Formats: sequence, C-alpha cells, structure tokens
Amino acid sequence: MTAALRLTDIQDRHRPERGLGITLRGLSKSFEGGPAVIRGLDLDVPAGQFVAVVGRSGCGKSTLLRLILGLEAPSAGRITLSGGEPTTRIMFQEPRLLPWARVADNVAVGLSRDIGAAERRARARDVLAEVGLADKAGQWPATLSGGQRQRVALARALVSRPALLALDEPLGALDALTRIDMQAMIERIWESQGFTAILVTHDVGEAVAMADRILVIEEGQVALDLDVEVPRPRRRGDPALAALEGRILDRLLVRT
Amino acid sequence: MADSAAIPSLPGRARAAEATPRRDRRPIRVEAGRWLPWLLPTLVITGWQAAASLGLVSTRFMPAPLDVAAAGYRLALTGELFENLWVSFARAASGFLIGGGIGLFFGLANGLSRLSERLTDTTLQMVRNVPHLSLIPLVILWFGIDEEAKLFLVALGVFFPIYANTLHGIRSVDPQLIEMGRVYGMNRRELFARVVLPGALPSIFVGIRYALGIMWLTLIVAETISANSGLGYMAMQAREFMLVDVVVLAILIYAGLGKLADSLTRALERTCLAWNPAYRNS
Repeated sequence: MTAALRLTDIQDRHRPERGLGITLRGLSKSFEGGPAVIRGLDLDVPAGQFVAVVGRSGCGKSTLLRLILGLEAPSAGRITLSGGEPTTRIMFQEPRLLPWARVADNVAVGLSRDIGAAERRARARDVLAEVGLADKAGQWPATLSGGQRQRVALARALVSRPALLALDEPLGALDALTRIDMQAMIERIWESQGFTAILVTHDVGEAVAMADRILVIEEGQVALDLDVEVPRPRRRGDPALAALEGRILDRLLVRT
Repeated sequence: MADSAAIPSLPGRARAAEATPRRDRRPIRVEAGRWLPWLLPTLVITGWQAAASLGLVSTRFMPAPLDVAAAGYRLALTGELFENLWVSFARAASGFLIGGGIGLFFGLANGLSRLSERLTDTTLQMVRNVPHLSLIPLVILWFGIDEEAKLFLVALGVFFPIYANTLHGIRSVDPQLIEMGRVYGMNRRELFARVVLPGALPSIFVGIRYALGIMWLTLIVAETISANSGLGYMAMQAREFMLVDVVVLAILIYAGLGKLADSLTRALERTCLAWNPAYRNS
C-alpha cells in the first residue's frame, strides 16, 4: 500500500531539479608513466540525467568515474561540476559496510558530522525505510544477506541527498532476481530525488533498462553515445530495449 | 573479509536453532553445556582423592585434594594466603598494564606511521628475539629482588605479543573500508576511531590473551627465583619445609588465576566484538 502511494506521489509531483551537470574537456589520465587510461575525453552530462557507462574490462570506465568524483587527479584536461552544491556520493561494487557498526550507524556514516544525533537517527531511519530495510536498523551487517547489505550501502549513499550519485558496478555481485529488484529501486529513487546518476556496469542489459543515455568507452574514449528513448516505466523484454542492447553488444564484441 | 568470516558460521547456528525447540530438550542441553567443561577437572580431583585415600600414592609427595584444601584454609586463616595472592596479583596487573600500554602505543604508532615503524621496528624485533627470562640474572643485579625486578620482567614479557598483534591488526584492516571512510568525508581522527581501531581490535585481543599467559609465566619464574613475598615465594618457602600441600595449593591457584584472566578476556571480547559472529556465541 505504501509502495502504491509513493508511486502516485512521484507521478503527480514535478521531478525535483537538483542534479549536478558534468562537463569534461580534453580529459586524460595515465598512471605513473603507463599508457593513458583516458585519452582526451570530452563529455557533457546535463543535470539529472541517468548515464550508464559500459565497456570491456580495463577500458577506463571506472577510472572515468573516479576522475569525475575527484578520487583521482586528471593528468590533463578539465572537469566542471555545475549547478547546486557539489555533493557527490559513490556506491561501490562491495557494500563496504563497517562490520562493527549497526545498520543505522552505517547509514549515518553518509551524513555530515555537523548534524545532531537525533536528526542523524531520524534521517537514517527514513532512508532505510526508502530501501525497505526499516526493520533492520538495529542489526549487525553480518546478519544481512548480500542484497540487503547492498541496500544499506545504497541508503548510506543517499542519506545526504547527493546531487551526483556514482554507481561503480554496484549490482555485479548480486543474484539475477535481487539485481532486478535493486535496479527498480535505484530507478525509483533516482526519479523521486532528481540527482544525476552515473552507472558503470558490465551488464549491457542493466544499462539499457535503467539509463537515459549510454556511453560505450573504448580505449579511454567515448566510442558510442546513445540515447535510450524508451519511456519509463520500462518493461523487461521490451523489443526496443533488446534491439539497443544487441547494437551495443555487437559493437563491444567486434573488437577483441 | 569480515563478510566471508561471517558466512560459514551462519548455517550452523541456524540449524541448531531449528533443532532444539522441536525436541524440547533445550533446558537440559544448556545445563549440560554449562557444566561440561568442569567434568574433566572434577573427575581428575575425585580420582586423585580416591587414590590418596586408598593409599595408592604416597601423600608425602602428592597430598590428597582435601589436604590441599585444608592447607588453603589454614593459610587463609592466618591471612598469609591473601596477602601473597594480593602481592602477586598487583605485580601481574601493574606489569601487564605498563608493558601492555607501551606495546599498544608502539603497535598503534608503527601501524599508523611509516616513519615511526622504520625508526623502531627493527630494534624492537631484535630485542624480541632475546628470551626475556634470560635477563633474570641481570635484572637481579640491577634491581635486587625488589618490586621493580618483577615489574620489569612482566612488562617486558607482555610487551611483545601486544605490540606485534596490534601492529598486525592495524595492517590487516580492509583497505576498501579505509577508502570508503575517506570518500565519505572522515578525517584522520574519525578514520582511526571508526575504521582502523575497531578493525584491529580482534587482533589486539589475540595479543592480550597471549600476553596474559606470558604474564603468569614470567611472574611465577621471577617469584620463584627471587622474591620475599607472593605466591611463587610461598611455594618456595613451603618446599624448604617439605609442605607439599602448600606447593600444590600454589600451583592450583595459578591454574585458577589463569582461568579467571581468560574468562575476563572472553567476556570483554564478547562485549567489544559483538558484531563479529565468530565471538558472539563462543
């Protein structure tokens, strides 16, 4: 019942515009004398867009994500984040929860240290309810399943209401059904909160199902930049999505 | 890392929880489980008493348990027992705190700072390879048989296990968690208090357990060789007068104290490491 309420909520309300726009100009990155991982990359991501970045292992997609977040310094080029306060959060492939902190405290790690204890607790509880784990607030991470842990990690990333959420293959380690659930959950929250999302993934099907736009990265450059025009909510097995997935896979598999 | 440690223990616990309520045998099992560790000591003491009473062993060299208990009662009445017990306990505790404190300090410092490690680790490792009990003659020359001698030896013995395990614990904190802390805006102090120290704690506890064993060992040897009070001294005095019951009493008290220290550490582990399934139900 609450889920139904929330859905109509989202449809009625105007989608909040509080994402960050990203502009990359001539971005390059190489590690200690090695070959360039990112080579002169130009990119414009409008605020609030859901971008998926796909590519083969080692194509530089994770490095691109880390550069945008400021976790790595670029060797050349410029990164500009525009619009609103530049609060960015990342969700890793592993949950990376503190095993010695209860679920609610793990979520509160995502909050600024200036917030009082009572409010921290309240906000952690709210966001846990949003990912469907309200009843797990007092548990140790060790008692949760893999999917639940990753949902706690999502809650931790979301609790500070970031303007940019980076997802570094966050669902790669989950089983197929849990993954589909999580995809729907991330899409729903993205729609209601209006942040800019960058999803790095190996799974082309996942990229097509979730993103507004898909970037195929090859050898440190954007090889393909496609808009996904299929309206939301998207249905699994939609022929238009399947066709797009096929096109991207063809491109990825041609070169070996 | 913590996750993979958690997984194997879960199915086992789940199975145990399923099995007990169905058969409704839980109360008996809990009681039995609780007393089971004491079964063996009880059997040994009963057998020993029986052998002594039947004259199978000479009580001249091996007194019966009841005689030992009587000796304990006698010494308790004169106050001698508690005085020596207290003296030994105070030595053990203060030596442990001093040596453990220094070990913890260097373990943390060398785990967190490359400079500190390069400066001190080699020296500490060299000193570590000297058996600390071999210093007894030197220590007697330096301090005589006063308190300092015992404190010095206990502190020295306790230092290394705590130092080495603290260092190891800090080194083995999951770097992915540290990166997460950084990305989520923790400063150095928070990173230490919320990620590094809790992550190193299981290893620090291992060090504490080792250290407790070494603490008793060192103290007994030191008190036996050079002292004028304490449990070891009491045992040596008793040997002079062929009071075998007192000698055995002292040994049994050591066993009890060792068990007590171990139980305290376990209780502390269960509180501090409640998040870790490996410690929760041990």
